[in-house]
Order: sequence, then structure tokens, then C-alpha cells
Amino acid sequence: MTGPGEEAPVTSDFVRSYVITGGRRLPSADDLALHSLVTLAPDRELPPGAGPEVRAIWELCGGGFLSVAEVAGHLALPVGVARLLLTDLFEQGHLLRRSEPTRAQLADRETLEKVLHGLETLIV
Amino acid sequence: MDSKPSSSETTANGTIYVSDAVTTAAKILVVGHFAVGKTTFIGSLSEITPLRTEEKMTQASLHVDDLRGVPDKVTTTVALDFGRLTLTDELVLYLFGTPGQQRFMQLWEDMARGALGALLLVDPARLEETFPVIDLIDEYGLEYAIAVNSFDARFFDETEIREALDLLPDTPVVYCDARDQRSSANALIALVRHLLDRAA
Repeated sequence: MTGPGEEAPVTSDFVRSYVITGGRRLPSADDLALHSLVTLAPDRELPPGAGPEVRAIWELCGGGFLSVAEVAGHLALPVGVARLLLTDLFEQGHLLRRSEPTRAQLADRETLEKVLHGLETLIV
Repeated sequence: MDSKPSSSETTANGTIYVSDAVTTAAKILVVGHFAVGKTTFIGSLSEITPLRTEEKMTQASLHVDDLRGVPDKVTTTVALDFGRLTLTDELVLYLFGTPGQQRFMQLWEDMARGALGALLLVDPARLEETFPVIDLIDEYGLEYAIAVNSFDARFFDETEIREALDLLPDTPVVYCDARDQRSSANALIALVRHLLDRAA
């Protein structure tokens, strides 16, 4: 991302993302995968000074589990921005994450067999 | 910003959320060249109205400004379509439609991380457009199966497709009508059986 002071041509979307994230680098997918399931932790107070995007995430994620990609999709946020804001909330203890999503290297037979059996119920 | 999802985005049981009982989220990529039917395929299987989100790509442009020694940056927006399928009480499957262009490699890295494998949709009339997509699949070490998305099964010549795409003998090639749920499910089943064979 272009740092402050550089005269790079920017689009309005770029500025919008930049403002939402405070110009910070976006976290990598190592931290929160697109299909990681997240929800708001119980009995948490909205952080003071939360911006409109964080408030929207707060409201959306208060209802149950959604993947990172779904949070971005429902709120029309770029995936990287949604991930950054979710990572912040996670690090502040406001967000719960379901057990780690499967990783390709660890895609065990058990998960593959469950996926297979689930798909087979669609064609009977 | 509209933070309230519209009712059209709810699932059959009236909620947009994944069931609390779900403990595992798996991901399969649906890849292929432009307009091959990725979004249609995802829509035929997804329990939620497929969502579209965007990823901002900031990439160095071709020329470098020598005076500053800093590459000019170009920001590109790439749309991602994805859907969700609750397969068992404890397992959801996400399907991510991924554009097959080389210049979106950063996006591919993100998508490939944690994916079980990839279903490669192929249009038999535009086989050459599939080559760069196969290169990307190989680059990220993804296992894959081929789904020939054709409205007419008569145009489906497996031998020709295998030769043109230089496939390994055990790479599955199945016919698929991406508009049809059963047909799309069958294509995913062929992929997952292949993944199980490879994991053995």
C-alpha cells in the first residue's frame, strides 16, 4: 500500500479503504482465512469510537457465525478491509473464531469423507 | 452502508448464519476462464444467494518512475463470487469462484490457502483459455478435477480434452451442466473422490 505523502494516483475506493483501516497494512490470510467462521463474543461492549464499519460488523456478527468472506460480502467491504477490522476485534477479545478451518496440507480423510457423503445426499 | 442483509440473502431456514453446531468449514475453489460458468455453478449449489465481494489488488505497474525509484502502483478491483453449502450438522462447504487471470496471483494465494482442491470448469469450445488457469492451479499445488460445462453433452469429447489440456491419466473429467444442482454436485463428488484417492 502506498504510504502517506506519496503522490500516487488513487481512486475514491482506495481512499475509502485507506480511511477505514487508518492506512495500516492489511493482514495476510494466515491470520484469518476467507472461510474462517467468526461471531461476536458474548457480553462485549462496542469499543468507544468505533467507526461505522466496525459498528456494522458488530451488528452483523452479533447474530451468529459467518465466514470472513460473508462478512465482507454482506457489508460490501473489500475482503482485505473486512479481515483487518475482524482481526482487530479478535485481538481485542470481542470476536470468537470457530476451530481452525481445514488447510490443504492437513485435509484429512475424515473431512474429505464427510464432504463426500454430504454431497452424495444432494443427488439421491 | 446497508448492514442489514436483505431477506433475499437468507437461507431456507430463514437465517443468514451458519448453524451453531458447525465445527468445520471447508473450501473448494471453482476456477476457470472468464464467463465459463463459475457463478452459475456456485448458484446452483449454494444455500445462500451467492455473495459477491471484492479484493483490492495493489500491484506494481509495468514502468518504474526512475526519479523516485518507487514503482507506480495500480489498484485493480477483482470480484469474487462465493456460496455456502451446509453438508452435515457440523460441516459447511464454501465454494469460491476465482478469476483465472495470471495478474491476480495475490488473490490466488489467498484463495488457495486452506482449499481442499479446485474444480476447473472448461468450455470445450475455448480450451486454449484454460491453459493459464491450469498453470495457476499447478503453481499453487492444488489437486483438481475437470468439469466440462457444456449445454450440449454431444460436444464433450473426453479424449480431445485430455490431450489438449495434457492431463494426467487419473485427473477426473466429467460433464457438467452448471445450471443443474445434481449435475454440479456430481462434478464436486468426482473431485472429492479424486482428493480421497490422492490422500490415500
